[in-house]
Amino acid sequence: MTARVGIVLFPGSNRDIDALNALRVAGAEPVVLWHESVDLEGVSAILIPGGFAYGDYLRAGVIARFSPVMRAVASFAEAGGPVLGICNGFQVLAEARLVPGALLRNRGLRFVCREVALLPEHLDTPFTREVGARRPLRMPVAHGEGCYYADDATLDALERDGGVLWRYANPDGSVAGPDDPGNPNGSLCGIAGVRNAAGNVAGLMPHPETAVEAILGSDDGLGIIRSLVVSAAEYAATGAVSGTSTRTLAGGAA
Amino acid sequence: MSELPAYRFAVNVTPKPGILDPQGRAVEKSLPHLGIAGVSDVRVGRRVELTVRAADATAARGVVDKLASELLSNPLMELFDVEALG
Repeated sequence: MTARVGIVLFPGSNRDIDALNALRVAGAEPVVLWHESVDLEGVSAILIPGGFAYGDYLRAGVIARFSPVMRAVASFAEAGGPVLGICNGFQVLAEARLVPGALLRNRGLRFVCREVALLPEHLDTPFTREVGARRPLRMPVAHGEGCYYADDATLDALERDGGVLWRYANPDGSVAGPDDPGNPNGSLCGIAGVRNAAGNVAGLMPHPETAVEAILGSDDGLGIIRSLVVSAAEYAATGAVSGTSTRTLAGGAA
Repeated sequence: MSELPAYRFAVNVTPKPGILDPQGRAVEKSLPHLGIAGVSDVRVGRRVELTVRAADATAARGVVDKLASELLSNPLMELFDVEALG
């Protein structure tokens, strides 16, 4: 059975077509979900694509947080469904408190659009299970507010519980600290993407969905998209995703 | 609802102490070009002004506090204060 994966479309989303293509390349059936609807149309995973939802007014992602579709996404996440936010989608998830931390303005103040190298931290999560090996993955970033920030207690918890899924890497393969050349935005501890404590919601700033075919310059992002698709199929078949603990948390505080 | 009295507020949102504020830093670095010395700790925030109609000033203030903490600021990285403008 082909996994059905929802793509949330806000006014101002602009990577939705890339996400659509990536999901098709990865063997899924993409389903576009309009921001004013609370009907997730029976999808078994959700991808929140990049862009500038609601113009990024006030703070990137914050207006989107209060949209009808995000209420449905929050319920879906609480029930254990896999959710991946990319770039602006990560900002939306952070503002919605579905993943820990916040994305601040880039340390260099500029919008940064270039290729980065990304180190996957764990290879057994719903978002990295198809990545294959812990090697630097080449894909683009394109954002003005991508500087990952969390307070010390949150950072400690992330490191302790394996909550960091991707870090920026320097050309020599080492983790890129805030001031290193491999770090495009000053993110603490080189953090490019994290997941929630339950493990079924993740966000990252780089764009795996635009690096899924050799003709795009890199297909290193395909493993991440395929991971989501495999997790969607598993969730559809079993009602749970391996590598997560949402079952024990179901019914907890939103 | 239009019979309720109107209260005007300003919400000032600033980056928390200790949070890197690259905008503030950029402003500060530009000051020597203006020949200005002795200015430090520049922090850039935002100000939102709004009118609330509510039964009384306390109720209006409650509405502003709620929307300031849930929407206008992100408590992970920002502080806010509320000013009554009358």
